[in-house]
Amino acid sequence: MKVAKRTFDAVIVGAGGAGLRAALQLSEAGMKTAVLTKVFPTRSHTVAAQGGVAASLGNSTEDNWHWHMYDTVKGSDWLGDQDAIEFMVKKANEVVVELEHYGMPFDRTDNGKIYQRPFGGHSQNYGQTPVSRSCAAADRTGHAMLHALYQRNVRANTQFFVEWMAMDLIRNADGDVLGVTAMEMETGEVSIFHAKATIFATGGAGRIYYSSTNAFINTGDGVGMAARAGIPLEDMEFWQFHPTGVAGAGVLITEGVRGEGGILRNASGERFMERYAPNLKDLASRDVVSRAMTTEINEGRGCGSGKDHVLLDITHLSPETINKRLPGIREISIQFAGVDPIKAPIPVVPTCHYQMGGIPTNYKGQVVVPKDGSPNVPIPGFYAAGECACASVHGANRLGTNSLLDLLVFGKAAGETVVSDFQSGQLTLKPLPDDAADVSLARIARLESQTGGEDVHEVRLEMQRTMQKHAGVFRFADIMKEGVTKIMEVAERAKRTQIKDKSKVWNTARTEALELDNLIEVAKATMVSAEARKESRGAHVRDDAIDCAETPNGRDDANWLKHTLWYSEGNRLDYKPVTLQPMSADVEPIALAKRTY
Amino acid sequence: MTLNRGRVRWQCRRALLELDLVFARFLERHFDRLTDDQLADLDDLLLVEDHDLWAMINGSKPVTDDRWKEMVELLRAK
Repeated sequence: MKVAKRTFDAVIVGAGGAGLRAALQLSEAGMKTAVLTKVFPTRSHTVAAQGGVAASLGNSTEDNWHWHMYDTVKGSDWLGDQDAIEFMVKKANEVVVELEHYGMPFDRTDNGKIYQRPFGGHSQNYGQTPVSRSCAAADRTGHAMLHALYQRNVRANTQFFVEWMAMDLIRNADGDVLGVTAMEMETGEVSIFHAKATIFATGGAGRIYYSSTNAFINTGDGVGMAARAGIPLEDMEFWQFHPTGVAGAGVLITEGVRGEGGILRNASGERFMERYAPNLKDLASRDVVSRAMTTEINEGRGCGSGKDHVLLDITHLSPETINKRLPGIREISIQFAGVDPIKAPIPVVPTCHYQMGGIPTNYKGQVVVPKDGSPNVPIPGFYAAGECACASVHGANRLGTNSLLDLLVFGKAAGETVVSDFQSGQLTLKPLPDDAADVSLARIARLESQTGGEDVHEVRLEMQRTMQKHAGVFRFADIMKEGVTKIMEVAERAKRTQIKDKSKVWNTARTEALELDNLIEVAKATMVSAEARKESRGAHVRDDAIDCAETPNGRDDANWLKHTLWYSEGNRLDYKPVTLQPMSADVEPIALAKRTY
Repeated sequence: MTLNRGRVRWQCRRALLELDLVFARFLERHFDRLTDDQLADLDDLLLVEDHDLWAMINGSKPVTDDRWKEMVELLRAK
């Protein structure tokens, strides 16, 4: 079957923060750049980011990149690559000031500098005291960032393909990446985007979990495409859970609620955090609070008829405080929990929030894989940035405000690498194989002809329930083992999905079926990688990992200080070393230590 | 010109989970019964930025265009 072909210097998949930042670099260098996106760029999930972007500008308190590097390495529980982390924290000031020049309306100090506020895990002097490092635009940082970047891209003539769903990566016999296939939703037709460079910036896949703070678009499309094309996924067992998602809905209740005096209570009304974190109590770090809540629920002290959540109580605060200091919280609680938090506590559960793992890259944004005995060999023509990529700067646990920094720094870095390779003549348009679109056409044809198949919504729900139960906040050896068997069964069902509506034009059922193909790859990667990692580290917490001098917090550096690589083909695992040496020879590595706050 | 229902349905996919949940309920209960005029009103409302749209639906900001009022009411309906 003949398919239309479009040719560009570069194709970028995804138009959130990372995709737009990368696109800008390319378009301003005069490269003919296409950006494919399922939704209008300013409706990407980056819009939901509130906290801000970390940079050691030192505008509000003394700060420097060495301290930021320390915090990030420690936050990652030493799984982050120290070369990439050094690169990111050193670039932070530059990318934030650039955004300011693009017109981003940052909050200001009285003397006109960018105002900075404190955020969990960020400190002065190597963990001594909290630092003000987060640059924000009120509670709409992500929104303002996307708008500034989008306008700038329009000026630079970036060509947007809006409401196009990328389907599959195109590789040749040597494994080089030559572009992607994509479906235009308006027509249902599949086209080839042939390019010298392909950048993935498709965001995370938080929708693999039943309880998730992520919007419905976060289906891990780039991660799934990479996995199906034979590229391993790195550290997929590490997912950050936010302690306070509204039970049953997932909508995030900001940490600010506990900052203003909100208290977590169990079924008997006890302020249980006093037992788990006697000093910081309800304000302990995200992973500590999430684990405490899960323990309460697991030990039968949960609330409600299902004993499946705890309560976030702000009834002791005055209505004025709630309305003035916690805008939006009352509306969220009324709409999604059916309770007015002025009168009754909000039911909450730890909720999947952020994907630390992803497509393996180096700090230049090049996708790297093991080859001929070397762990990090770039795949010619392929780059990735943002939540879909694993650079790896977040390691086993991400610090708040480091995600917006990640997408700016590595979006730009991927863009710079592509521009440099393009200008030096290293990037060429390699011939397309004859079967370039066959995989995608076969996927569409199967959906057309499938009979006696599975319902997309039911399979997706089964996947989400399986992940929630078997790869949640607390992980148990036998439950994870069972989870591997179960998720492989769900994956078999996902191969036989069926849709009733076979029309081509704006067929959203078909789009959702294609999204499930991506989600299920991520779910398998997560479940298998988690089952195999026999230690606790950052967000991966096993019940059977022992906290002792040799394995502090259950972390086993002797055996598990290494990155996981999961291959879809054969459901196979491999490992590669963590880069403990910073980028610069004169920067000391952050030495391994027990992670305590 | 009649709007394509599939296109409008897809544009109910938003950047914020709050809106996705509200629209999921709306799509299940009301979407298929909308008249062409109502569909055009919805299409217009969907151009509003996500944070503003959420503020209108949760009542913390007024609905600024009369044309959107009926759709916002349906979106609010529990």
